Amino acid sequence: MSFQKSKFHHPRLPVNDLGLTYRDYEGALSTLCAGCGHDSITSAIIQACHEQSIPPHKVAKMSGIGCSSKAPNYFLNKAHGFNSVHGRMPSVTTGANMANRDLLYLAMSGDGDSASIGLGQFAHVVRRQLDMVYMVANNGVYGLTKGQLAATADKGVKNKTGELSIFTDIDLCVMALQLGATFVARSFSGDKKQLVPLIKAAISHRGFAFLDIISPCVTFNNHPKSTRSYDYVHDNVVTGAIADFVPVKKEITSDSAQGGCEDICLHDGSIMRIQKITADYDSKNAMKAIVDIEEHKKKGEILTGLLYLDPTGSHFHEINNTTDTPLNQLDQDTLCPGSRILSSINDSFR
Amino acid sequence: MRKTDTSSYQHFLKVVDCQQACPAHTPVPEYIRLIAEKRYDDAYMLNWESNVFPGVLGRVCDRPCEPACRRGRVEDKPVAICRLKRVTADNKGNILHRLPQAPFKKNNKRIALIGAGPASLTVARDLLPSGYEIILFERDAKAGGMMRSQIPAFRLPETVLDEELDYIINMGVECHFGEEITSLKNLLQRKFDAVFVGSGAPTGRWLKIPGHEKVSTHADTGINWLSNVTFDHVDKVANSVIVLGGGNTAMDCCRTAKRLGATEVKVLVRSSFDDMKASPWEKQDALAEGIEIMPNYSPKEYVFEKNKFVGVLFEKVQSVYDPIGKRTLKATGETLLVPCDFVLVAVGQDTAYPWIERDIGLEFNKWQQPVVNKNSLQSTVKQVFFGGDAAFGPKNIISAVANGHQAAISIDLFCQNKHPANDRPESAFNLISQKMGIHEWSYQSKISHQERNLVPHINWEDAVKELKQEVELGFDEQLALEEAHRCLNCDVHTVFEEKSCIECSACEDVCPMDCISFVEYNPDSAISLKEQVLPQLKVSTINPQQEILVSDKLKTGNLMIKDEDVCLHCGLCAERCPTGAWDMKKFVLSNIASTIKEKQ
Ligand SMILES: Cc1cc2nc3c(=O)[nH]c(=O)nc-3n(C[C@H](O)[C@H](O)[C@H](O)COP(=O)(O)OP(=O)(O)OC[C@H]3O[C@@H](n4cnc5c(N)ncnc54)[C@H](O)[C@@H]3O)c2cc1C
Ligand SMILES: Cc1ncc(C[n+]2csc(CCOP(=O)(O)OP(=O)(O)O)c2C)c(N)n1
Ligand code: SF4
Ligand code: SF4
Ligand code: SF4
Ligand SMILES: [Mg+2]
Repeated sequence: MSFQKSKFHHPRLPVNDLGLTYRDYEGALSTLCAGCGHDSITSAIIQACHEQSIPPHKVAKMSGIGCSSKAPNYFLNKAHGFNSVHGRMPSVTTGANMANRDLLYLAMSGDGDSASIGLGQFAHVVRRQLDMVYMVANNGVYGLTKGQLAATADKGVKNKTGELSIFTDIDLCVMALQLGATFVARSFSGDKKQLVPLIKAAISHRGFAFLDIISPCVTFNNHPKSTRSYDYVHDNVVTGAIADFVPVKKEITSDSAQGGCEDICLHDGSIMRIQKITADYDSKNAMKAIVDIEEHKKKGEILTGLLYLDPTGSHFHEINNTTDTPLNQLDQDTLCPGSRILSSINDSFR
Repeated sequence: MRKTDTSSYQHFLKVVDCQQACPAHTPVPEYIRLIAEKRYDDAYMLNWESNVFPGVLGRVCDRPCEPACRRGRVEDKPVAICRLKRVTADNKGNILHRLPQAPFKKNNKRIALIGAGPASLTVARDLLPSGYEIILFERDAKAGGMMRSQIPAFRLPETVLDEELDYIINMGVECHFGEEITSLKNLLQRKFDAVFVGSGAPTGRWLKIPGHEKVSTHADTGINWLSNVTFDHVDKVANSVIVLGGGNTAMDCCRTAKRLGATEVKVLVRSSFDDMKASPWEKQDALAEGIEIMPNYSPKEYVFEKNKFVGVLFEKVQSVYDPIGKRTLKATGETLLVPCDFVLVAVGQDTAYPWIERDIGLEFNKWQQPVVNKNSLQSTVKQVFFGGDAAFGPKNIISAVANGHQAAISIDLFCQNKHPANDRPESAFNLISQKMGIHEWSYQSKISHQERNLVPHINWEDAVKELKQEVELGFDEQLALEEAHRCLNCDVHTVFEEKSCIECSACEDVCPMDCISFVEYNPDSAISLKEQVLPQLKVSTINPQQEILVSDKLKTGNLMIKDEDVCLHCGLCAERCPTGAWDMKKFVLSNIASTIKEKQ
């Protein structure tokens, strides 16, 4: 058995601004099933963080319960992390973000974790616009508990044991759009060309960024009746626009901006470059995105790519007017300014 | 679609770089695995079959396999392949019963061998079991060629050599020791079905600088002097000795002089230290024994004062390199007189063919080397074959062995009235799955990160006291096992099957070396496959020496590309593959000797 991956790496691996290779962003060797889509998401996250030169110790990996929620163990082993109770990742992340707004919150959840037991938590963290990257590995089943249908499974599909999905499916992207998320995208674990730029943009985005990533469960949901199998997704994925991420330091060349490209400037100065595939694609119209998603679904297609982006939206700390200094850095005197200040506050209520 | 052609063994042999680099294509990783299993007899026999002298070569081989070893691409140093070969010889039991057992059923063909060096003896060993009668002529009193006469016993003990020579001689060689062939014409009249010339390159070169005519009593060629030491014609040397030259002969000369009691030994060489021809380990050993190596000195004159030899005059030179790396020596004008009592000239050696008449149809080229077909080693006299140093000038033992195998095949074909060059057999090959169960392989797939082990040796002060005391002690079992685990099992290939691949990219994601990439490819594009594919590889700068494996079109139209260059053969790709599209398969050649060919 080889539960070890050699520390040898390619002698010509590129290093990033921090002098790190992508191998420095890895975690433990995955114990997920061979061929699980979640492992591809892991490697996309590693690639995105490496290329963005994210200092691993400035990241908190948050997750709930599920195969997908195990994934943070397999990337960024030098980052902080919290593997919470099933469906409770959003509230734990909210708490952590309140205490330390300086960290990058990379959250990894599953469609069971977020659309079933954690649906309430999911809805509220979107509403609150918490500054985080919220990723869901969407495989249409509860992988960890052996393949029961998840709430995201399309109505009318069957799981591996033949159980029919009889209820309306939940589309988390549609919910996120309705609830005011400022960054909403859908992608496919098997398409890193699309996924990596989206993760990078989600990291650069300030505010709540939601990424629903179709991620086939090879063991329990890769059969011919599934709409989350590798073959089905390969055959039925469509995209409205190709979104490329241009980091801050890269000079923007005018000729590549030609040819129907639209550039959206993100909070940190990086650029999301959109190249339309369908003429009526519009990254600024949440209502239209919802309609597009549903229309494609009717045709049996899965619409992927950047669905909606508002780089100017506010996030929780701004809305709530919290202090710029992370709470965990405030000292006793600042937090507890003494009886004189307290009485002046009390006086103001009289 | 230009899927990589994997129908011949060549594709797979290329990935086993050590085996490919070994002139005799010794199955290195296989014998290293056998060592790891402590199956020393099996490991020895596997070596014996391909390189004939494992105990000898495990000590003194030139080791072209080691610079080729893929381990050197992922860390500092290659696997100590040569030292591991010695481990098989040191730890084997009695293997006599595993050798081909004489008497063999005769085929009534008589083959004459000239010289009893490694080339001739390999021919003998390969042909005897098929019933050939082998008649060997050697001018020395014993077999071995330069392995005995020139390579000093402190590197290669006589007992080791004798044992491996006897394995062959006892298979039934008719030996004529002390019999020098002085006329090939006469020999050819003695009704041999074929003649193999393995007479080596026995003549040491002199340096024809001023004073050369007078210096003979104060100088000798290195190879002549070394054989005189071996055969006890020389047992002492002057106090102060200088050695001219920077090759392995120079290293053996200086170390031998030290052992015969010279108090001051210097090696002066025209090249820089790094460019010296001697193997790095021989230079290190010489330095460790207190020998001074002085690079960048070109000999100018043997200096005599009042008819008395006083030393050698040198000019300091500088190596300058042109843009393609070709070296020229630039004189600096600075000179140095190095006083000494005795000079050993180790600046090269040549073949010598005064005994081959020039009117028998045997053609020589302008360098006075016989003209031979490089694959069959057949000369222009069709029953005469050449091999080893005799054919191509001074090389090394393993090349002589490889030539021996080639010539044996040729002679066998020739004696059956087949064409030695055109009718050569091809090797078949097998790919055997190493899968034992889920995540279980029949080889150690876990990568050891252990650094190369140094071979233990006797202490350097004692080493120079005894002429015949072997310096290296060889690996003990623990070091041997540790070193064996460093091998990356490059003969266990990653074999890909397009039709099972679901393109989940699990292999691409897990590979620690970024060997695997799934890429888009447009067959209708005017842009070549290479140009389309290379920029998409995970690490796009490829090693031009190594080919990339290109798959057939996959379901999505994409291609799988594997860059073999730095693959660790760790099997993670196959373990991570949900459908078994990757398997780890051991590559086995059925006829290694037939794969020895002229390097293209
Ligand atoms: C000092 C020195 C050190 C070396 N060290 C190494 C080393 O560490 N590793 C390595 O791989 N190689 C080494 N070599 C090279 C190696 O010894 C030779 O390349 C190798 O022995 C060549 O084998 P061969 O069979 O072609 O010929 P040889 O070994 O040269 O054998 C030729 C034989 O033919 C006999 N012979 C010649 N002419 C006649 C004739 N007319 N009639 C009858 N017999 C004849 C000779 O006596 C000799 O025994 C070294 C060489 C030298 C000089
Ligand atoms: C409170 C609680 N209820 C139920 C479970 C059982 N359980 C574990 S994982 C899981 C579903 C996970 O599904 P998903 O989030 O889609 O992850 P996947 O394994 O599919 O990636 C469930 C129901 C649990 N661990 N805790
Ligand atoms: S059960 Fe499914 S989701 Fe879980 S690790 Fe296996 S393939 Fe992945
Ligand atoms: S690692 Fe082993 S098999 Fe690979 S080249 Fe080196 S010795 Fe040969
Ligand atoms: S065996 Fe497979 S996983 Fe291991 S280095 Fe080679 S290609 Fe990569
Ligand atoms: Mg799930």
